Amino acid sequence: MAELSSSLLYAAFIIYFIATAVFAVALTVKKSDEATTMNKWGRWGYILSIIGFISQLGYFITRWIASGHAPVSNLFEFTTFFGMMMVLGFIVIYAIYRLNVLGVFAMPVALLVIAYASMFPREIEPLIPALQSNWLKIHVTTAALGEGILAISFVAGLIYLIATINQSKGSKKTGWLEFVLYTLLSTLGFILVSLYFGLTDYQATFNWINENETEAELVYELPAIAGPHEGELLTEDKFGPLFEAPSWMEGIDAPKKLNTFIWSLLSGGMLYGLLRLLLRKRLGAALQPLLKNINTELVDEISYRSVAIGFPVFTLGALVFAMIWAQEAWTRFWGWDPKEVWALITFLFYAAYLHLRLTRDWHGERSAWLCVLGFVIIMFNLIAVNLVIAGLHSYA
Amino acid sequence: MDKIKCECGHLNPYGTILCESCGKPIQEEADHQLLNMRYEGTARRSQTYNTNFVDKTWNFFSSVKVGVWLIVITLIASAIGTIFPQQMYIPQNVNPAAHYENEYGVLGEIYYLLGFHNLYSSWWFVLLLGLIGVSITVASIDRGIPLYRSLKNQRVTKHENFLKRQRMFGTTKRPEDEEQFIEEAIFRLKEKRYKVRREGNNILAEKGRFSRWGPYVNHVGLIIFLLGAMLRIVPGMYIDEDMWVREGETKAVKGTDREYYLKHEQFVLETYDPKEERYSDALNRVGGTVVKNYQSDVVLYKADKKLPGAKPELTEVKEYPIQVNRPLQFDGFSVYQVDYRQEMSEMSFQLQNKETEDAIGEFTVDLQNPKNEYDLGDGNKVILRNYYPDFYFDKERNQPATRTNVPNNPAFIFNMITPETPDGEIAFIGIRQNLDPSGENQYKIAFNGVDTEFITGLTVNRDYTLPIIFVGGIIFMIGVVQGLYWNHRRIWLKLNEEEVWVAAHTNKNWHGIKREVDDVTSKLQLNPAIDQQEKKKER
Repeated sequence: MAELSSSLLYAAFIIYFIATAVFAVALTVKKSDEATTMNKWGRWGYILSIIGFISQLGYFITRWIASGHAPVSNLFEFTTFFGMMMVLGFIVIYAIYRLNVLGVFAMPVALLVIAYASMFPREIEPLIPALQSNWLKIHVTTAALGEGILAISFVAGLIYLIATINQSKGSKKTGWLEFVLYTLLSTLGFILVSLYFGLTDYQATFNWINENETEAELVYELPAIAGPHEGELLTEDKFGPLFEAPSWMEGIDAPKKLNTFIWSLLSGGMLYGLLRLLLRKRLGAALQPLLKNINTELVDEISYRSVAIGFPVFTLGALVFAMIWAQEAWTRFWGWDPKEVWALITFLFYAAYLHLRLTRDWHGERSAWLCVLGFVIIMFNLIAVNLVIAGLHSYA
Repeated sequence: MDKIKCECGHLNPYGTILCESCGKPIQEEADHQLLNMRYEGTARRSQTYNTNFVDKTWNFFSSVKVGVWLIVITLIASAIGTIFPQQMYIPQNVNPAAHYENEYGVLGEIYYLLGFHNLYSSWWFVLLLGLIGVSITVASIDRGIPLYRSLKNQRVTKHENFLKRQRMFGTTKRPEDEEQFIEEAIFRLKEKRYKVRREGNNILAEKGRFSRWGPYVNHVGLIIFLLGAMLRIVPGMYIDEDMWVREGETKAVKGTDREYYLKHEQFVLETYDPKEERYSDALNRVGGTVVKNYQSDVVLYKADKKLPGAKPELTEVKEYPIQVNRPLQFDGFSVYQVDYRQEMSEMSFQLQNKETEDAIGEFTVDLQNPKNEYDLGDGNKVILRNYYPDFYFDKERNQPATRTNVPNNPAFIFNMITPETPDGEIAFIGIRQNLDPSGENQYKIAFNGVDTEFITGLTVNRDYTLPIIFVGGIIFMIGVVQGLYWNHRRIWLKLNEEEVWVAAHTNKNWHGIKREVDDVTSKLQLNPAIDQQEKKKER
């Protein structure tokens, strides 16, 4: 059952990939009227997205059966599910607006999220007592669904920015847009680097004093650029480290995480540099002509609509259900745990967004930048709060 | 201030922009501009008066700009609070000032000095939340009441200047048979589930008006939520106590004023079997054990009311296994499984002849309630001279001492009395220590075994604010969904001497209403209504 589950996830991944390509073709169809809204290619892209989603749903159900609990209990499972909810959000929004360009951007972002998820340990883990509750499935799935829908607003916002920002000369705006694209490339870079060194079975072991002030071994799966503070390399003939992680970095295996982070930035930088060399212009400028036929008003509306749909779902899942569960498991509905606080921050951020949009006319570009920032907050809560800030939610 | 009488005869409050009834712009602007339909052009206090202190305060808090700033400041403050752990999450037995400095260096020191280690309970953070509460209240009253008045008073026949300056507007030549046209129009609009009203040659089709109340409903929910959270400081509303109960021990439940007692029968600590196939990979990777269950089997008793000091009579209420996620609940109280300790409970020893190591007798010391004397028969006995539950050697005073009353590291000074040594011999016994201070003892005490017991850590909680907070949360959710999942759409049709006019307005989601209006106009063979805002942009 566990094997079937992995195969289904793999299949879903491939199908999403094909769906992206099909949507991209749909966008380049010559007749400009048809290119942006549903055409034959767009219809196929949509059908493929749904098939991929069903396949991933199959993964979810079979893994549930295999593990005996809802597979949303660690970082791999949750992040995968988040990717799946992004696809679901896309399926819903596409059904309303039928905009092919949404598929061209939403599916790759979902793919990145799912690929990123698979970099975490994938074994089926037993549930610790704190997680043994029906609220696990209710709270986590609703929160992820809300975040998935909100992520679509990021995708629409990004499309809006690529389509409308003046690329005739470099500016602060083009700079930030390049930065957003670079961040996406860094995620891709991290995945590629991890895959490469995973396949070649790279391991370098260090002896160091860990965060609990005890001597321990730290195994790097990537060559050590940043080694542990006063660490000693035990494995012979291995690279590095070029420098040592500062001693004030806290958290479990902090130097290793810093190293991974540096690798992500470097590989993202290489990918970005390569693309810039090939294209001989800013990535935003290279992408812009592809989007020249789209209705930017509609894209703006989609980004807002995704927030309007996603915000209540997120609030219900990540705050209301979360509070009910926290009252049951931790004796208080609110305890200012970092994950809780960042859910509140996400809530406050989108609340501010809605106020600015509905009463102060923040439409178009300003609204789009906010949607990008909102996604950054969501990803920060998903990744950084689990990996960097230790708290009650560090299950992975 | 005087009310303003519109040409349609309706009396509007001072400060009105668009007549509540017919929509005629009262304060004329250049008449080609689109109307600002926000809050229906009602007279809002904040937009009307700005002379004295009360006005200025009101206007400050009713501003959405101020509200958004408050939200953003709260957001940033909340984020700062997660940079380093809050004081409640650092070890409780350390000096916080030193802890932040040692763990996080200079930044930690600054963090502590600024009081960020208790950020969420600081006066300024609570004040921020309070200001948000005030802002929500004022802003809602300032907008909600005039909006309600206006939507209640709106009439079907609208002023021409109102219709023509709507964002969606279209004109067509007047049809031949006007009665048939109007009836068909009503039919087509009802088909789209609009509520249709007619006044002569005018039609108002409206749907989803209740979604306009969404923001006010959710704000009411938030206020109730915040008030509920504030009520916690009222004595008696909120009880939160920790208690430790040993296996076999019966204790009064804290916070219940000795009305309830709890007996801890047994503590259950289960771990996952590493051989269980589906989890074996993960368990191998972690390399340790993973806990499956923490459970205190307890019996809850109710005590009858007796005179203080007298021993209460206990009646059993129920037996219950308290697990994480499954608190014991009774009479508004919840008792949670939050922690456990394992302690040594008994130590057994043997009195031996030092040379031959022949056993003379055995005895067991209860580490919580040690006896003074252990009679081993035949004139042999052991007297417990001194007991150090948590032994250390106090170098300053040069004598043994104990850190706490918890038997973490028990040590004993025994006096061994046998028929041969009636004056007794002194022995010092600790974990892995067996001293003979005189060096001339004939007897010794040998360690024979240790028993441990579990002490469960429970939290007793009773929170009368929960129902209020819950109701606030539910109202908030209803309001948010009401406001965001529905739209308030209106379509006006007007037949005048020569033309049919179509105008439409929605509070949001223009894409949706455009599709509806396009469908209706095409079915009625009217020219499509034009989005005048887009048209303006193209120009």
